[in-house]
Amino acid sequence: MKVQVIIGLEIHVQLSTQTKLFCGCPVRFAAPPNSLVCPVCLGLPGALPVINKRAVDYAILAALALRCQVSTFTKWDRKGYYYPDLPKNYQISQYDLPLGRAGFIEVAGDDHKLHRIRIRRVHLEEDAGKNLHAAGDYSQVDLNRAGTPLLEIVTEPDISSASQAKALAVELQRIVRYIGVSEADMQKGHMRFEPNVNLRIEKDGRVFKTPIVEIKNLNSFRALEQSIDFEIHRQLEEFESGGQTMQAGNKTTRGWDDQRQVTVLQRQKEEAEDYRYFPDPDLLPVAIDQGWLDQVKAQLPELPLERQMRFVREYGLSDYDASVLTADRSCAELFDQAIKAGGRPKRVCNLLTQVGLRIANERGCPMSQLGLKPSDLACLAGMIDEGKVNTSGGVKILEQMVATGQDPLTLARRLELVQTSDGGQLEQVVDQVLASQPKAAEDAKSGGKKAQKAFSFLVGQVMQATKGRANPNLVAQIIRKRLGLD
Amino acid sequence: MLDALLQMDCLDLAQAIKAGRVTSLEVTRATLDAIDRYNPTINAYLTVFHELSLDRARDVDRRIEAGQRLGPLAGVPIAIKDNICTTFGPTTCGSRILANFRSPYNATVVDRLLAADAVIVGKTNMDEFAMGSTTENSAFGPTRNPWDRDRAPGGSSGGSAAAVAARMCFAALGSDTGGSIRQPAGFCGVVGLKPTYGRVSRYGLVAYGSSLDQIGPLARSVRDCGLLMNVIAGHDPRDSTSVPGAFAEVEDMLEQLDTPVSGLRIGIVKGALDGADIPVQRSVAQAIDVYRDLGGQVVELQIPALDYAVATYYIIATAEASSNLARYDGVHYGYRSPHARDCLEVYTRSRAEGLGKEVKRRIMLGTYALSSGYYDAYYLKALKVRNVIRQQLSAAFEQCDCILMPIAPTTAFRLGQMVADPLQMYLADVYTIPANLAGIPAISVPAGLDEHGLPIGLQIMAPAFCEGRLLRIARMFEAATGWTGLVPTGLES
Repeated sequence: MKVQVIIGLEIHVQLSTQTKLFCGCPVRFAAPPNSLVCPVCLGLPGALPVINKRAVDYAILAALALRCQVSTFTKWDRKGYYYPDLPKNYQISQYDLPLGRAGFIEVAGDDHKLHRIRIRRVHLEEDAGKNLHAAGDYSQVDLNRAGTPLLEIVTEPDISSASQAKALAVELQRIVRYIGVSEADMQKGHMRFEPNVNLRIEKDGRVFKTPIVEIKNLNSFRALEQSIDFEIHRQLEEFESGGQTMQAGNKTTRGWDDQRQVTVLQRQKEEAEDYRYFPDPDLLPVAIDQGWLDQVKAQLPELPLERQMRFVREYGLSDYDASVLTADRSCAELFDQAIKAGGRPKRVCNLLTQVGLRIANERGCPMSQLGLKPSDLACLAGMIDEGKVNTSGGVKILEQMVATGQDPLTLARRLELVQTSDGGQLEQVVDQVLASQPKAAEDAKSGGKKAQKAFSFLVGQVMQATKGRANPNLVAQIIRKRLGLD
Repeated sequence: MLDALLQMDCLDLAQAIKAGRVTSLEVTRATLDAIDRYNPTINAYLTVFHELSLDRARDVDRRIEAGQRLGPLAGVPIAIKDNICTTFGPTTCGSRILANFRSPYNATVVDRLLAADAVIVGKTNMDEFAMGSTTENSAFGPTRNPWDRDRAPGGSSGGSAAAVAARMCFAALGSDTGGSIRQPAGFCGVVGLKPTYGRVSRYGLVAYGSSLDQIGPLARSVRDCGLLMNVIAGHDPRDSTSVPGAFAEVEDMLEQLDTPVSGLRIGIVKGALDGADIPVQRSVAQAIDVYRDLGGQVVELQIPALDYAVATYYIIATAEASSNLARYDGVHYGYRSPHARDCLEVYTRSRAEGLGKEVKRRIMLGTYALSSGYYDAYYLKALKVRNVIRQQLSAAFEQCDCILMPIAPTTAFRLGQMVADPLQMYLADVYTIPANLAGIPAISVPAGLDEHGLPIGLQIMAPAFCEGRLLRIARMFEAATGWTGLVPTGLES
């Protein structure tokens, strides 16, 4: 028996516009219920939607980043269904003319190869509010979220495992953050996933397909991966115990129970739901001309995966280092500029990934807000490479660069971290140390077991005497000479 | 006897008030007196702002006395159809489901009227959600025609038309989706203008058929229609379908009003009169003669697609309505059934109890037309036919400056006459619907009385954005005939 997993993913990404898709209400998380509303997003009688152009710009940018064809003519459609969190009982969405189509996203697989997942469509739509069931025998509706711009991304069923689905979701998060169209904060529900899962099974020379299951409303990478894994096993078991195979109309909807780690049947789609789509007469169609497209295209940065691969190719970084650097756009750009300013890639990479990201994390801000200048970063890297400061001194300097905004040379001097490379002066210090530590000097010369330890001790003593400013390599060299070890 | 003050038109009245010859308070009081006197039987108003309008009138008078410059409707009592949102008073749309609904915002046209210093005296009765041609589909009782109380005033803006005709206001706003301004204007002997689609903001007009709806004035003269258009028309950023740019620059519609259009070419659609009653046919023939006498030329037009106008309209309008009215569900505002036991019943019972028969009929028609599997055969085809109608009308306007047509095949219906036969009622919209489908402006001007003494309306249509010219053409007819401004004979009986 041969089992092939078939997964398609529907992803909703909340765009990070200041205001909602069709009115001027601010988009904000965790505001008091129904405090960010107006006649338009409340769906009051007589109120009319007006499109937020920024949201269209963002959606075009995202479509371009996902290598989609951007429609030159698109429109808004009403999707009708009754639900208390949907004040108009229709959602303004895009039906037959989505903003983008026929794109793809590339994801690095476990085999370290790139896998291309095709994107079927990308469109813009408004979010609904939230039903709250906290109190008594009634429910409440909070419409703060109603009208928030969402990007809906639908892939082709090209995904072949739960881990690949997760990898795609993570890559998508990196892309939308990169191009600045979404904060993609999972905690705030900025990304929601709905995988469609089924199996293609070859058994006894025949091919079977299990009924498609749609898992609704997953809002973490973990739930995405776990629910798909569960569903693969469940479908296989069901098939083996003589379950149904795929037919028109036997698609079902299941929810993910995070506590019990199982999917639960929600709805049997006996008949396809009829949303009665039709063009929204309150909104004009949108013509996206070449000028508009070019304007948005100009804002499209090098995408994270491309950049990651370039860092490996051009700068000889490891795949891991390159992925850490490119996870955050401002970090990757700072790195790139520091290299252009003359920094050695590996050194700059270490400074950024080992120190810069730690400081950014501690401060809870992106790298771009640390105020680091690429030229300063390159200069610091050079100072370390040339032995003007040692590595631990470099860390201190970088921390102070962020804290004070001063340049590395000034800081090195002020913090007295400039390594002494003046041979004559160092020789004096070495002589003093050797004179005061005759036992260690003996041991070092002995060539026995103790020699290495004693030698390190002597170097340490010199470093201490120079308050860490000595170049340890030079110190070692002088000691060896003095002890006649060369 | 009617107060002589109430016979003035808006323009003269505003000037008289501004000049201090009469106060807004006097005029507003006289209007409220007329409402108190006639409204109990006519039922043109659903809400009357007694205190509010007197306060506002006093304020206008005070500002005039203080030497301030006031707007073009200074102190003039105006009525508003009850599907136009106001922060004052309810906005019911003639429906039980919105009986207690109060809007937290004003429609753009209301803000414009207030900015022009009009005194808004009340909200007028209408067919529920503007669906109907008689105002009998109101949840708050029918409006009666001031010319004959056993007859309907037309609809759906029947309250506005009756209020203007009965001197219970000087002018009113209505809304027109398939003839809802022009037909009641015709039945009540007043002037009613449906502007070009996109010329007047729909923001705050409770939607029926969004791609057809347009707010417009009902008044006692062509001149007053122009005056109101000057106030309410123009681009509104809150309405995406409001036309921006050069078209939005509304010319002063009064400036050239009295200048006749020279070399006028009048279009008559071949066969269009065939279905109309004899008095109606005769009125159109007389109108042609009037224009001929004024130097006009008649052009006979063939517009075959008009045969499909009614069918096309009742698919598009009901489809849009089925979606527009989905929001009245008892969840967020408006009527909620006290009998609902769960969420689904909040929907089903609130709508079953809150919406009237005609509204339900149209929601079902529209829902059907949009259903998967039927969309292409109904809605999509209707959109295509609509385009053909638009093109044929636009081609017709290359041969003529305006098209003359009746407003309706008959004069005012008897109350109850259409209730049993909605299809008959739909078919009576045949003359008014084309202008909505094509988005062009059309006006209804009084053109005489039939053998029962009931007003007959003449319809004149013009190309998009040609309201100024349309009003001039209508003014030529008005000046030549003197049919406008008649006081309804049934008023004092």
